[in-house]
Amino acid sequence: MEILEKIIEMNGLIFAFLFVGLIMLLSFWISKNLLRGKIPGAAIAILIGLGLAFLGDEKGISDIPIFAGIAVLGGSMFRDFTIVATAMSADISKIKQAGIAGIISLFVGITITFFTGALIAFLMGYSDVVSITTIGAGACTYIVGPVTGTALGASSEVIAISVATGVVKTIFTTIITPIIAKKIKLITPHDAVVFGGLIGTTSGVVAGLAATNEKLVPYGALTATFYTGLGCLLCPSIFYLILTFLNNYVI
Amino acid sequence: MKIYGVSLLAACFLIGKFLGNLLGKIININTDVGGVGFSMIILIVSSIYLKKKGWLIPETKKGVLFWSSIYIPIIVAMAATLNVKAAVSGGLVAVLAGIITTIFCMMLVPLLSKIGSRDKISKK
Repeated sequence: MEILEKIIEMNGLIFAFLFVGLIMLLSFWISKNLLRGKIPGAAIAILIGLGLAFLGDEKGISDIPIFAGIAVLGGSMFRDFTIVATAMSADISKIKQAGIAGIISLFVGITITFFTGALIAFLMGYSDVVSITTIGAGACTYIVGPVTGTALGASSEVIAISVATGVVKTIFTTIITPIIAKKIKLITPHDAVVFGGLIGTTSGVVAGLAATNEKLVPYGALTATFYTGLGCLLCPSIFYLILTFLNNYVI
Repeated sequence: MKIYGVSLLAACFLIGKFLGNLLGKIININTDVGGVGFSMIILIVSSIYLKKKGWLIPETKKGVLFWSSIYIPIIVAMAATLNVKAAVSGGLVAVLAGIITTIFCMMLVPLLSKIGSRDKISKK
């Protein structure tokens, strides 16, 4: 047992690969078998992650020595590196395919989501601009939130709230899309492109559209893929500056 | 070799981070202003350029695609290392912000889908 502990502690990052892989396996199994694909595996995995963080204190599960390597894997360096890598699959011809409506819906979606989220954070008692920006960014997706929060130096607590906000959005989108689809006239591929751009949480959009009409999935995913990247660009820059300006000169 | 792809990604990442921090310095807030976003744009532009030159072979691309395929597990690892105990008090904010913003955006679908609805997409 002692030897095992020593090996794990000395190879923390490697153990983290194994551990997170097992969480993913479990989550996708739960999603497929227990929930019949109604909630995306990625959302369940993140929920399990947030749940495991309760085992520790300030640094979540990595406060426990054998899990210290998880903090390396989940640190901002690897996280930002992999998020940048996702841009590789972006294809300019795909942007053209999404057309003007897709591009407008991306900008409108991110702007409305960010400022509504920020307003809610403000009304619920958050007063510093960094925290409000981070929560507003989290309302975009659970990736935009922590990327923005780390860049601006938000606290781990606020970053956790921003991740939770993004996860709530993903799960809510998944559940509500098939119910609301007729009311919001989500019928043609063109509607799905707009829907993907407005909502943006790829796993939620894909799962929600799959439950509505399987044929719409690729069209929604087409615009949703660009959402997180655009959010990572806009939230910690222009949007943060707008909120700073409002804070200094208006309120 | 796959390492060329990883190096390309690393170069784009560092340049983007540098631009983000530089911009932060210029506008006097001393944080990283959109560094990840800049990195992504640089990666998109450089990969288009390299593709045109014929230098971006599938093997090189694989070096980048591996990293892009593990971002969800890394977000899971990050979630597990956050200060969630302190965040519980903010749980209501997360639920409200997550749901209200989504409803707002969903209500805009019929309005925005009127734009260019005779696009190529709808013909397919």
